[in-house]
Amino acid sequence: MNAALRQALSPARCPSGGLRVSIEGEPCVLRCSGALWVLNHRTLIAADLHLEKGSAFAARGQMLPPYDSRATLDRLEAEIEALRPATVILLGDSFHDSKSVARMAPDDAARLHRLAAGRDWIWLEGNHDIAALADSVDALPGEVVETLSLGALRLIHEPQPGERPGEIAGHLHPAARVAAHGRGVRRPAFVTDGRRAVLPAFGAFTGGLDVRDPAIAGLFAEPPLAAALGRDKVHALAWERLG
Amino acid sequence: MIAAAQAGAHALLVAPTGGGKTLAGFLPSLIELAERGPKPATGPGSGVHTLYLSPLKALTTDVERNLMIPIREIGLNIHVESRTGDTKQSKRQRQRDFPPDILLTTPEQLALFCAWDGARSYFADLQCVVLDEVHAIWSGKRGDLLNLGLGRLQTFAPAMRRVALSATVDDPDMIASWLAPGNPPHTGEGDREAVEGAGRTLPPHHATHGPLLPVGGDPVTIIRGDPGAPPVIDVLVSEGHVPWAGHTGRHAIPEVYDAIRRAGMTLIFVNTRWQAEFVFQQLWAINDDDLPIALHHGSLAAEQRRKVEAAMARGDLRAVVCTSTLDLGIDWGDVDLVIQLAAPKGASRLVQRIGRANHRLDEPSRALMVPASRFEMLECQAAREAVAENAFDWEPVHTGTLDTLAQHVMGCACSEPFAMDDLYAEVSACGPYRGLTYEQFEEVVDLVATGGYALRTYERFARIVRTRDGKWKVRDARTAQRHRMNVGAIVTAATLNVRVASRRGQRLIGGRKVGEAEESYFEPMVPGDTFIFAGQVWAFQAIAGMDALVTHAQDKDPKIPSWGGSKFPMSTSLADRVRAMIEDRDHWRVLPPDVQEWLELQEEKSAIPDAETLLVETFPRGSRHFLVAYPFAGGLAHGTLCMLLTRRLDRLGVGPLGFVVTDYSLAIWSIKPMDGLDLDALFEPDMLGDDLESWLEESFMMKRTFRNCALISGLIEKRQPGNEKTGRQVTFSTDLIYDVLRRHQPDHLLLKTARADAAAGLLDVARLGQLLQRIQGHIRHMHLERPSPFCVPVLVQIGRERVGGGQAAEMILDASAYGFDEADLIAEVMGEPSAEAAQ
Repeated sequence: MNAALRQALSPARCPSGGLRVSIEGEPCVLRCSGALWVLNHRTLIAADLHLEKGSAFAARGQMLPPYDSRATLDRLEAEIEALRPATVILLGDSFHDSKSVARMAPDDAARLHRLAAGRDWIWLEGNHDIAALADSVDALPGEVVETLSLGALRLIHEPQPGERPGEIAGHLHPAARVAAHGRGVRRPAFVTDGRRAVLPAFGAFTGGLDVRDPAIAGLFAEPPLAAALGRDKVHALAWERLG
Repeated sequence: MIAAAQAGAHALLVAPTGGGKTLAGFLPSLIELAERGPKPATGPGSGVHTLYLSPLKALTTDVERNLMIPIREIGLNIHVESRTGDTKQSKRQRQRDFPPDILLTTPEQLALFCAWDGARSYFADLQCVVLDEVHAIWSGKRGDLLNLGLGRLQTFAPAMRRVALSATVDDPDMIASWLAPGNPPHTGEGDREAVEGAGRTLPPHHATHGPLLPVGGDPVTIIRGDPGAPPVIDVLVSEGHVPWAGHTGRHAIPEVYDAIRRAGMTLIFVNTRWQAEFVFQQLWAINDDDLPIALHHGSLAAEQRRKVEAAMARGDLRAVVCTSTLDLGIDWGDVDLVIQLAAPKGASRLVQRIGRANHRLDEPSRALMVPASRFEMLECQAAREAVAENAFDWEPVHTGTLDTLAQHVMGCACSEPFAMDDLYAEVSACGPYRGLTYEQFEEVVDLVATGGYALRTYERFARIVRTRDGKWKVRDARTAQRHRMNVGAIVTAATLNVRVASRRGQRLIGGRKVGEAEESYFEPMVPGDTFIFAGQVWAFQAIAGMDALVTHAQDKDPKIPSWGGSKFPMSTSLADRVRAMIEDRDHWRVLPPDVQEWLELQEEKSAIPDAETLLVETFPRGSRHFLVAYPFAGGLAHGTLCMLLTRRLDRLGVGPLGFVVTDYSLAIWSIKPMDGLDLDALFEPDMLGDDLESWLEESFMMKRTFRNCALISGLIEKRQPGNEKTGRQVTFSTDLIYDVLRRHQPDHLLLKTARADAAAGLLDVARLGQLLQRIQGHIRHMHLERPSPFCVPVLVQIGRERVGGGQAAEMILDASAYGFDEADLIAEVMGEPSAEAAQ
């Protein structure tokens, strides 16, 4: 890691396996789950849940397992249990399509309400779920916003081109690949240079885009850090080792 | 043949390649059609009379040509047409409106016919179906789909005769039982009759023969063809020496070249594509006479393969280096020498390949085997003896797979509404599905309808729905159309186009396509790695979408070597012969002197195991401790065994660091010595229980197998109208599905199917089980100071192979991480297994 990046991020390993970094001066933890924990605001941020993606495919005749919402909410619940956040922010594309809220199993919907109870719960609009959020605002806990500021951080679903200090975005589903010893490994990853960050997709059925793709790499002036999600820790990968 | 046909009996014709089997299969149909007179334009008798099915597209056009010669010469009024995936839409439509007398096609097209509406009336006149090269297809998923299709046809045309043509096999009764329609207990072995001149005896059954296929069905007449002159097989011992280790046969290339020079046309068979590339390059490096030597394997662009085939047929080539792509029976020209430049792996495969030389029965085929190492020398000698004794490899029993059945059920529903009881009766009368229970069938229908989930939320999206009279039919025309786009049981590994890259500014742009290669081949590569492909050395640059971008490389020696392992494990019967040969000192005399000395040296330095004993050697080397064993059970079974042994060794605290396997032996190395271990306990067969289960669940092989099952069953569609999903996307999303399904419904039908497939195919669990049973109480442990002569081949491979398992992925991530995390670094220095095991 070059000196400038090291200084900007001031990375350190947390006991949880997460990686503590500083984004535009705001202390954050890149969690193994793929969520971002903003310490000073006790805020948990997760991007691209794509709830009800399985049933969206089923409606078109491809019977993917109906357990993806459940699996995603299991992981979200585990994070909420572990951190007890004051605020949970879902960074857009929380639902896979416009009919997702209606297709949700009643116990999954009830669980959403239970998780949101006693804390602030904020849905950011994404390209997949802007219609679902608008149609179902009454059925869902919390409030819907387009963008949001949190201390030095600027939260938005889709990262914007150019220099955007403090921007925290999702949308691109970054994934990093490394190869060694005769095999390659590909994992969802955070991408950050200490000034802005793109979060990996949190949903159980979400694919990934290579972090070296111009859509992601082009957001950063210098090679950023790719922090890949391991089983019990976040691996800070060297940019030149990616392939 | 004709007698069997006139009696309306099903028949299996077993004859070596080149015996004119295919025409024999058609003869009864030609006679019937010649006697029929003009064909009615409509009504009874206007449909297809004979359906010919071949596992190879190319074979249908070949057979069409060969069939048209007698029809034209005799002036018969018989209409023959072929139909494959490449046939034009207009011709397909015409074939539907005006069926030919004889239709030549593939099993995939049959599956498509079964999903047509109107299939029943189209095939009402069918008298006969001819299955070519049935030995190559019957025992897999394509065979399952083919057999289910036959069951369908038999329902449409109850009097239909089934005729199957097979190369010589160990046990024709197994294929006969597969072929026979019907469920009632089978009363005899079918009437055998011998063709004139066939003086051949049945191959002896081996004591290790697996359990028998559930037999049943109508009698099938088994007809044996003339075996022809026995082949002449030589083993090439290069300058009197056989190398200690290796797998490429590089040492013998000059002599192989000489053999090519002396012969008219030579086929050089190797076992992997990468070996084909390697040998091709080596031959051209010394091709001073500029002999036309070509390359043929499954990764080359189709048009390039067609070019090579055409040049062969014209007699323009002197040699072709090829893989199993040329195993099957197309007549590409006058081959007069077959060279097997790698261990034969099985007697049946060897005979099949040798049969490619000289398609005249009265003259012997000539073949030359080139062993690449001393163990391979033993294997070659064993194969040669097996061929001389007509002892073929037996195949394990195959039970019909449920993902394939799911596809068939969907196809039936697309064709016409079906009643559960009727379709169950039809399916359970098909050879591979005789053991299917009604409950299993219901489970499959549920999978087809709504995905088979315990959480029943998809009823309203069901792909097949109940009609008012309780039958099942497809939901709508669009769903049927999508099913028809995805028919077939061949799931090719996700492949990338290999394209020559050019640089445009910062970006690499893919240009000319050189061929296709499996995605997994590029998995371990980093930009700049060099490799051989299509006869040239390339540098890997990047993967972009479905393309692997490469540039020309200057290196003569590519960094990524040809794959070490063989694609096919050594057959059980051949392995038995090799073990018996090692035990029998009198037998050693047929071997070259240096191989005899090697065996004697092994006896002196360590031990020669007898055929029923497993030799295990332990010794220190450098800072590590080694355990080497010689089960001779094939690379797949050895790989599985190593995975399970390292789990145990880990629990025993010896710190296993890695392992490597060959077809003959396996080696494991560790931090602490393994001499003091209770080896009987270590090799206890109960490792096939929980240890296997828990390892399998995490294994990438399971994910790959699950992907195939999901695609074949129709849970995932590869092709959708206007939007073909790329192989890459499919691979990724099925992994996610696998993980979610495993956690939330571990007993899902497709997970069970994938587990069974993985156990049978990728892991060779059945063979491992037999091995562990055999060696219980028969382990001979030699504690050595230094490596023995036997262990050299496996030790040479160390450093090239990887440790699999769930932990390895984490280790790779760790190894690629920045070094700021002190705890990680300390663990590495302290020699925790995780640090080094990824070697």
